[in-house]
Amino acid sequence: MSFFFHFGRYLLFLKSMFSKPEKTNVFIKRIFAEMVAIGIGSLPIVILVSVFQGAVTTIQTAYQLITPLIPKPTIGTVVSDSTILELAPTITSLVLAGKIGSHIASEIGTMRINEEIDALEVMGINSSSFLGLPKIISGMVMVPVLVIISIFLSEAGGIVAGQLSGALTADEFIQGARMTFKLFTLQFSLIKAFTYGFIITSVSCFHGYYTFGGALEVGESSTKAVVYSSVLILLSDYLLAELLL
Amino acid sequence: MIELKNITKSFNGKEVLKNISAVFEQGKINLVIGASGHGKSVLMRTMVGLIRVDKGDILYDNRILDFENYEKLKEIRRDIGMLFQSSALFNSSNVEENVEFPLKMFTNMTKEERLARVNFCLKSVHLENVNKKFPAEISGGMKKRVGIARAIALDIKYLFCDEPNSGLDPITSRVIDELIKEITEKFKITTVINTHDMKTVLDIGENIIFIYKGEKWWNGTNEMVRNTENKELKDFINASLV
Ligand SMILES: Nc1ncnc2c1ncn2[C@@H]1O[C@H](COP(=O)(O)OP(=O)(O)OP(=O)(O)O)[C@@H](O)[C@H]1O
Ligand SMILES: [Mg+2]
Repeated sequence: MSFFFHFGRYLLFLKSMFSKPEKTNVFIKRIFAEMVAIGIGSLPIVILVSVFQGAVTTIQTAYQLITPLIPKPTIGTVVSDSTILELAPTITSLVLAGKIGSHIASEIGTMRINEEIDALEVMGINSSSFLGLPKIISGMVMVPVLVIISIFLSEAGGIVAGQLSGALTADEFIQGARMTFKLFTLQFSLIKAFTYGFIITSVSCFHGYYTFGGALEVGESSTKAVVYSSVLILLSDYLLAELLL
Repeated sequence: MIELKNITKSFNGKEVLKNISAVFEQGKINLVIGASGHGKSVLMRTMVGLIRVDKGDILYDNRILDFENYEKLKEIRRDIGMLFQSSALFNSSNVEENVEFPLKMFTNMTKEERLARVNFCLKSVHLENVNKKFPAEISGGMKKRVGIARAIALDIKYLFCDEPNSGLDPITSRVIDELIKEITEKFKITTVINTHDMKTVLDIGENIIFIYKGEKWWNGTNEMVRNTENKELKDFINASLV
């Protein structure tokens, strides 16, 4: 019951957002500001997570495939494929759900309890669209960009770790990675990232927008935003794999 | 002129506004008075469409406030300026940006024109040299004044103030009262103020609506308030004068 209520409200929230912006140039400026906040703001954490993820995956794969029967470049193949297909988009997005999601929900939630959203409405501004739409658009643009960066850094991390640990050389890694590379894998990864970008930003805007009460409730909204976007990311990960692979 | 016709609103089965009909006149200071928790803020929020009424109509110069038609609602709201009880300034923007915001959204003024207008509005509320300060860095009374400056940045037809004087010292309160009166008369605005400040009531109240437990209990001018025979209103006035 409560699930359908919230889901219905979420859809109505999305619907209310799609209206003509009150002022186009302000709208575009807001999109760019959000892109900077989401993109540049998340860069350090994405770099950190990706490099280590690539390094660890390489070392662990090498540890599991330690038999003369399997040629060393295979390690590169396994690491590269799983990075592009799953690790870079999904793990990065889960991390971003925590970072961007909580930030968006608490920002909008604070505006709600501070009556700033009411002030926007009374001015004759569509507040859900004004606050939400730039964030959602930026999320759908910037999360794929971050995922591409994450793919590169993971591979780089893998190469360096392989080299340092003596598991395989950089050449072997790259040779392996190239062996099974398909453009569709990359496209699929970006479709995922695009979807996750939408999920993280829209779900977080929704939870922030429907905050009622005080500072405590802002905290709750922010937690809900992270939990729900993470669950939806995993769910859509499964659905997309089922649909497109 | 704003007309309310049989406004009724309940929250979780509890009637907060009971069949309120009233007229708020243009170019006059219309006051809504009443004790805390009797429904003044709820009434004001329904009037600007933030709370959906259960029953009744709200008319802005014969334009009906239609909750179903968001575009129409926005059109009426463009003519509205509002000062919230909590000031509701944009906390992540400084004073200047707060006042500039409606101009940015609804006019094609250049940056210079906007700044000139911002400074004019800030000057009208007797605020100078605070342009770059953030809401967290100014006092409650200053926030109220920035709120008024933001409300009057555009040429509005209707001004709503929810307790403009609460938390202000008596001198600043009188300044704000005079300011609102001046703006109302100069621009022929329909001004609605929620207050429990008796000084405001007696000084500038031209059309006073007394709300008691969600009902319109009494309606009259400030002259009439002084000699009213209405028991609840008398109690209300006496309580604040002793
Ligand atoms: N969103 C809401 N949900 C449920 N009840 C509400 C809501 N908003 C207001 N109320 C109730 O409506 C009644 C009137 O509240 P309102 O804020 O209008 O009082 P007020 O006259 O403005 O008081 P004050 O002078 O303290 O500002 C209160 O009993 C309050 O509990
Ligand atoms: Mg109130």
